[in-house]
Amino acid sequence: MTVRLPADPVPSDASAARRRPALLSSRLVLGVFLVLLLVVPAILSPYYVTLLNYIGLYAMVALGLVLLTGVGGLTSFGQAAFVGLGAYTTAALTTATDLPAWLAWVGASPWLTLVAGLLITAAVAVVLGSLTLKLSGHFLPLGTIAWGISLYFLFGTMQSLGGHTGISGIPPITLFGRALDDGREIYYLIWAFLLVAMLTTHNLLDSREGRAIRALKGGRVMAEAMGVDTARARMVIFVIAALLACASGWLYAHMQRFVNPTPFGVHIGIEYLFMAVIGGAGYVWGAIVGASVITVLKQWLQDLLPQLLGSSGNFEMIVFGVLMVLVLHRAREGVWPILKKLVPVRTAPKTIDTAAEPLPRRTLPAAGERILEAKNVTRKFGGLVANDNMSLEVRAGEILALIGPNGAGKSTMFNQLSGVDTPTSGEVLFLGKPVAGHNSREIARMGMSRTFQHVKLLPTMTVLENVAIGAHLRSDKGVLSAAWRLDRAEEARILKEAARQIERVGLQDHMFDEAGSLALGQQRILEIARALCADPCLLLLDEPAAGLRFKEKAALSELLRKLRAEGMATLIVEHDMDFVMGLVDRVVVMEFGHKIAEGLPDEIQNNPAVLEAYLGGVD
Amino acid sequence: MDMSIALILGQDGITNGAIYALLALALVLVFAVTRVIFIQQGEFVAYGALTLAMMQAGTVPATVWLLVAMGVLVTVFDAGAALRAGRHRRAAAVAGWNLIYPLALAAIMAMLPVASLPLLVQVFLTLAIVVPMGPQMYRLMYQPVASAPVLILLIVSVALHIAMVGLGLLFFGAEGQRTPAFSDASFELGTLMVSGQTVWVLVVSALLIGALYQFFERTLYGKALRATAINRVGAQLMGISPALAGKLTFFLAAFIGALSGVLIAPITTIYYDTGFLIALKGFVAAIIGGLASYPIAALGALLVGLLESFSSFWASAYKEVIVFTLIIPVLLWRSLNTGHVEEEE
Amino acid sequence: MTQTPQTNAGANNPVLEIKDLCVSYGKVEALTNASLTVGEGQIVTVIGPNGAGKTTMLSAIMGVLGSKGRVAFDGTLEVVPEVERMVARGMNLVPEKRELFGEMSVEDNLVLGAFQRYRMGKRDHKQTLEEVYALFPRLKERRDQAAGTMSGGERQMLAVGRALMAKPKLLMLDEPSLGLAPLIVREIFRIIAELRRRGVSILLVEQNARAALQVADYAYVLETGQIAMEGPAHELADDPRVIEAYLGFGGKHQAMLST
Repeated sequence: MTVRLPADPVPSDASAARRRPALLSSRLVLGVFLVLLLVVPAILSPYYVTLLNYIGLYAMVALGLVLLTGVGGLTSFGQAAFVGLGAYTTAALTTATDLPAWLAWVGASPWLTLVAGLLITAAVAVVLGSLTLKLSGHFLPLGTIAWGISLYFLFGTMQSLGGHTGISGIPPITLFGRALDDGREIYYLIWAFLLVAMLTTHNLLDSREGRAIRALKGGRVMAEAMGVDTARARMVIFVIAALLACASGWLYAHMQRFVNPTPFGVHIGIEYLFMAVIGGAGYVWGAIVGASVITVLKQWLQDLLPQLLGSSGNFEMIVFGVLMVLVLHRAREGVWPILKKLVPVRTAPKTIDTAAEPLPRRTLPAAGERILEAKNVTRKFGGLVANDNMSLEVRAGEILALIGPNGAGKSTMFNQLSGVDTPTSGEVLFLGKPVAGHNSREIARMGMSRTFQHVKLLPTMTVLENVAIGAHLRSDKGVLSAAWRLDRAEEARILKEAARQIERVGLQDHMFDEAGSLALGQQRILEIARALCADPCLLLLDEPAAGLRFKEKAALSELLRKLRAEGMATLIVEHDMDFVMGLVDRVVVMEFGHKIAEGLPDEIQNNPAVLEAYLGGVD
Repeated sequence: MDMSIALILGQDGITNGAIYALLALALVLVFAVTRVIFIQQGEFVAYGALTLAMMQAGTVPATVWLLVAMGVLVTVFDAGAALRAGRHRRAAAVAGWNLIYPLALAAIMAMLPVASLPLLVQVFLTLAIVVPMGPQMYRLMYQPVASAPVLILLIVSVALHIAMVGLGLLFFGAEGQRTPAFSDASFELGTLMVSGQTVWVLVVSALLIGALYQFFERTLYGKALRATAINRVGAQLMGISPALAGKLTFFLAAFIGALSGVLIAPITTIYYDTGFLIALKGFVAAIIGGLASYPIAALGALLVGLLESFSSFWASAYKEVIVFTLIIPVLLWRSLNTGHVEEEE
Repeated sequence: MTQTPQTNAGANNPVLEIKDLCVSYGKVEALTNASLTVGEGQIVTVIGPNGAGKTTMLSAIMGVLGSKGRVAFDGTLEVVPEVERMVARGMNLVPEKRELFGEMSVEDNLVLGAFQRYRMGKRDHKQTLEEVYALFPRLKERRDQAAGTMSGGERQMLAVGRALMAKPKLLMLDEPSLGLAPLIVREIFRIIAELRRRGVSILLVEQNARAALQVADYAYVLETGQIAMEGPAHELADDPRVIEAYLGFGGKHQAMLST
């Protein structure tokens, strides 16, 4: 049975307004687009068909950049080199006459050289990726310029690749015995490739791996804490983008039947990035829009400007460059979001399959069992002792509060407990095993789940998707399953679990809203739902009540009590005494890095050292 | 290869390396203060060299008209806003620097027999034309998107690079230019002949680096730029506006670029699009310094210069490949030293 | 809590007057219709729990954040507050995170505090520097040390000293006692009182409610982005609701301290 949950049972004014205009069905719009693509070669002149062929080829490369740059936040100027790798592989193999026997069979068909090109590209991408992807921000784009230039000069100087004159006489692609040697014929192949690439990219982004990829930009720390291997996710999109570029190069070589180094230089690589950014780097359709805008604009400027201004200068470059800057001044997100507003397409909310099999759960430790233990933890930063000989423990079925004035070292202690930081001396044991030496992912897998003091969520993703990231480690379908939709059964189970946790924390009315549109207090609650979605045995909550209104605090207390009754161990770092004292079982008080008191809430409230710590100051 | 060839190659390498070092310093500075990756640095090099060449050919350098055009735009935006806010003195100052100054410069160019002026006056005029384009460019192109992500700033740089190359072709034509040397003197150092121009390049580079050091260590404006690079919010709270810091930084970068162009024009033939590759080598050096360390970037620049001149002797076809693959071991070393996951903006 | 119908009557001569100030982060409103007045020579404090919008309010007044509403400073209405202009007109903010220039020396940090004055041609920073050193002898001892290597208390003193280099009319302090030992907190509050004596008006945002209410003339309580209460500081210090929420304990909700 499939139940479509209403996005908002009582439509608020804003969401009602969102639905009011007569929206077009997305299938209808897509259908019209596909029919247009199908009939275009029959009605347009060869000139325009060629233009569309180029748009298709460029869009495929730009699509890789949407995934890599727009979604994943990794910038590459070197995609043209991957296009060249695809084009030169097939050109060299299909035209060579003196290949050794073990290799010669590959050159027999372009389809075999496509496979060869993809394999070579993947290998090169893995090597380049392992060199550069670990680096922060700006090294990658600069590194990609370097390899783009190097490969370009290599194509131009290697005599076996024809030097600057290039390789000619490349055979056409044959499909079902028919040689695609005409622009109109290869048109269908190019656009079929592009549409398949768009479909698989779209599928990928809407999956477990896709959520991990979408978390790369601005959510890496959070994603790691939820068990996502972000380094691997970066490599995945880097290789996919390279493979899309390679396929584009293969098609290009067999369309032109000739290759030389010019179209694979770093300037063209820059242009691909332009296409993605101008089209809308965050959107799959931005690739087509960007490729179209730039290709048509350049063609148009090249035809028009010399008539207006004479042919003494490269006017199209000047106008093109300035236009690009102006577009970015006006629309940082690119053109696609603007187009999207013009064609109001209805977006169907995700469906939750309530009949999906629940995800496997871990067996919670018996109540009273020691879950987390800090033994004499000391953490020094230079001369500053942030944590001094701190010891505490958390047991199954209990809530422990760690309190203290601002700057007392609670956040540092939290980092030691969650394995983000390693103590200078002392140790932290989780389920009897030391936390030190394990990364966030391994700790998450062991059953510790956390929230963040400064909320870390992906503001443009829905609440449901944000929470679903929490279930990353409870599922295992990979990139290929996602691309070809073999992951739907598991995806349904993940979404059902996410929906269950959202209802549990009381955010069901906002399930399909963008996480960024929630109030701060609700965002904190969302983080708890995400942590619960990981099915932990220990919850670490960093200031969960900050910014919450009275009723929200009461609801949060209620939830935490419920979890305690189920056997969950919880550690709360908190300022809000009202919230803490009525809820927790035991309290540890910190000041200036060390523990000044520990005990039941009643005892703590009357402890003179605690009072002094909080009231210190002028007297 | 014998010793004398090695010495000549070494001399070439160090001369080019000094220029790359200047460019690398400017790139590091611009990135640290504004987060802009200054791809157009190379165009400032070419504009500097070719503006000087045009003057020497006796024509009014076309770049002065670009200065006038950009000045008009800045005046329209800034003086207009200042007038609306009732700040007349500010409006007058904006118009003075952005309207009167370029027009006065154009008038001087048209009236004076620039081709027969002494070389140093020509160099001064060249800088007077090209350098103000830096702050103007920051004002017009970057200030409206100053808070945008690095990617958007990078794309703006690339777009401006493309536009400036296009303008370069329009202004200077497709012909390459080489200007006469600053001095015909040459010195004998053992078996090595050191050309006067090499000495000029090295001395001016050293003086400029020294002057920049003094500027950043001793003056309040220099400290303000450092402060902005260290802590943008803190600097803003002191009244050091990002716009001011940006314009000042671009002024320095344009100055370094144009001066580099003037210095190498007698050594290398400069075309309208030569700048890109020169600036990229500055980038390689800047990357070696991690876009943060000035001394390491300067050393990296010398390394790039030497590698380039020696590889042009041994494997000239692969010269560029060798220089740019130098980045790979550097990146490798850096990636091995980056362990943990960090959040990027 | 309800809005108390009261105004800052001591402020006949307001240095800062804000009215209906609103700030949103995207669709989330962080500050709603906040109004407040600081009179000349007054210390006005804003207390409230973490996440109530105190820092947001200071950032909006300073022009670091965009806002809607009226901000009048020193008799002039600022339609859109702009940081450099506010600094030039004599408003300075010591932010919660201090925002020092860690790799630069103590003296360079201080001198940069006078940047805006220097730029406007008032080049008296050497003399101001001596005044600041007189107020914080510790900073003079450490003048050549890098700011980033100092202790928390020294850093706070440096942050305050740097702001004083601009000779402000209004000094805004965001949580100056944050993370400091009681002895140093006491020192900071002594300096705040001393500054008022010298004629600097002060807007003090504090989580240490007791200390803040003792030193201030007038106080506002900010909760979830709204001014929940206001009144003369000594009255608020005796108000049972404030005592329960921020100062005292033993109320019927077992409330101790909310900050």
